[in-house]
Amino acid sequence: MVQVLDLPPVLPNAQDEEAGASKFCPGCGHGMVLKTLAFAIDDLNIKDKTVFGCDIGCSLLSWNYMDVDSVQTHHGRTTPVIYGVTRANPEIIGIAYMGDGGGLAIGAQHLVNAAVRGEKMLAILVNNTNYGMTGGQMAPTTMPGQKTETTPYGRDCSVTGKPAKGAEMVSSIVDPEKTYVARATVSNLRALRKTFKKALNNVQQGGFSFVEVLSVCPLNWRTNNVDTWGRLKTMEEFFEVKEFVSREGLEG
Amino acid sequence: MVNKLIKEDTKMFLTGNEVLAYAANAAEADFMYGYPITPQNEIMHTWCKLLPKTEAGFLQTEDEISAGFSTIGGILAGRRAFTATAGPGNVIMQDAMSMAEMMRIPFVCAVMQRGGPSTATVIYAQQETTLTCFGGNGEGYRIVYSTAGHQDLFDYMIKAFNTAWKYKFPTFILADGYQGKMREPVMLYDPASRGITMEKTPAILRSGVSADMKANHIRNTFNLEEELMEELDKYEEEFNRIAPEIEEYEEYKADDAEILIIAHGIVARSAMTAIDELREKGIKAGLFRPITIRPLAVKPLRAACQRAKQILFTESANGQLARMVLEKIYGITTPYSTLYKMGVGVTGDDLVQKVESMVKTPAAI
Repeated sequence: MVQVLDLPPVLPNAQDEEAGASKFCPGCGHGMVLKTLAFAIDDLNIKDKTVFGCDIGCSLLSWNYMDVDSVQTHHGRTTPVIYGVTRANPEIIGIAYMGDGGGLAIGAQHLVNAAVRGEKMLAILVNNTNYGMTGGQMAPTTMPGQKTETTPYGRDCSVTGKPAKGAEMVSSIVDPEKTYVARATVSNLRALRKTFKKALNNVQQGGFSFVEVLSVCPLNWRTNNVDTWGRLKTMEEFFEVKEFVSREGLEG
Repeated sequence: MVNKLIKEDTKMFLTGNEVLAYAANAAEADFMYGYPITPQNEIMHTWCKLLPKTEAGFLQTEDEISAGFSTIGGILAGRRAFTATAGPGNVIMQDAMSMAEMMRIPFVCAVMQRGGPSTATVIYAQQETTLTCFGGNGEGYRIVYSTAGHQDLFDYMIKAFNTAWKYKFPTFILADGYQGKMREPVMLYDPASRGITMEKTPAILRSGVSADMKANHIRNTFNLEEELMEELDKYEEEFNRIAPEIEEYEEYKADDAEILIIAHGIVARSAMTAIDELREKGIKAGLFRPITIRPLAVKPLRAACQRAKQILFTESANGQLARMVLEKIYGITTPYSTLYKMGVGVTGDDLVQKVESMVKTPAAI
């Protein structure tokens, strides 16, 4: 006799259970990042103060994922919408959720200027080394030699330049007294939850936080689970996973 | 709450850009997001100079893309926020304006037109009329007031906030650098003294959402083509339904006009001087000036065109308003002529000469 376990999944309070199953592709990293973010929001009990904004690209599928007021914006424009919100109402904890294209290509000027001005918000950049939604083109973060639809013979850095390193770039332009910058990975969700908590605590103290999360895109990478994990590990060697900037006494 | 500076009727001698900042304050606007571009800079200069008294907010953004989108953010957070731009800034701000169209965000922007295409000239043109009315991708709905002077700038800037928040369509003040930089006497007043109540500005993205309130998820993406069409059909129906409440126009000696000049903005004022001069010479000229360029006041416009023997379209552009008008007066056979000066002011003398030539050799189109 087969016994079916009929237990509901443990959902964070800040995740909208009515949204149903995740709309991301099987194996995608976004669901893990978002669920971890929702747990961090629960941990800090800030759900009623949080406003969530998402970009275009795969990240837009998170528009109704969180059980907080949310706005889906245009490609690259989540950062200005969110600092528009938090400038207008500083009580709000604003989160701008984007991919590597939204943060480091089409919306790079907003990320740079939000970081320099120390906008009171958390920018989350999910780095999966390609443009997922549009079918797997080269992103600013595509690894040297990586095959994508627009680098079918592998990324040639002598032509395209080297991969953009978001966390390093942001940490070089921020005011270290008021900023939290880290790179985390979906291979360690416990650490990611701590990172998000520190980032959100920093925002609560009026600072700017930037978290780059290394993630996976098995569909466009055309990888099975073993190779997906392997690719993520290679990324972790190339993109250093650590805290780059943290103010003193920040709790995670 | 912002502190209102004008508590009683105050006559001042101001530039148009200054007037817009005072008008926004009179309308209790409490946040401006902006990026410098000539000829609208003095709106933000004035706004910033007044900040210690008004206790409003200001953010100088990194570009007009950001100015547009952060204005949207401010509005979503429940502020009566606005921005201003011109020329190439108006082009790149269309990204945000189209989001405001799709999501029915009460976006308010003053456009002070300059010459184009490209960087072109920095002070004057009427070449952003089409862009301001129809600039987004897709077919969004907007309301555009074209002002002709400083009292208009004050009156319609206040009105723009109420129109935007009442109907939830992005609303524009369309002026130009001549109006922005020129000084004129203007009567500033508290809107309440004219019986104007400012619309409430409830937050769409809220803080303090209690556990029993459903989260508000807003988006501009649709899954299905039909889903989009259904939404846009609703917008169109609503826009057409409210248009008669919004439409505004001005006629000047148009009742018995044989030659009807159709002009908007500051060019309409040149037309009025020309009409007075022409009337002294016994030529029956008149003016139809649409104040709302979108929506156009179609019924009175058609009636005026029907009455006249000839029509003259004149613009500091190559017929941007004329194209919108011609579509709306389809079927009317009154012949017309044009006086277009791309990016250059139209003077009263220009129009007197043109109308006199139309008396001698009537328009044939």
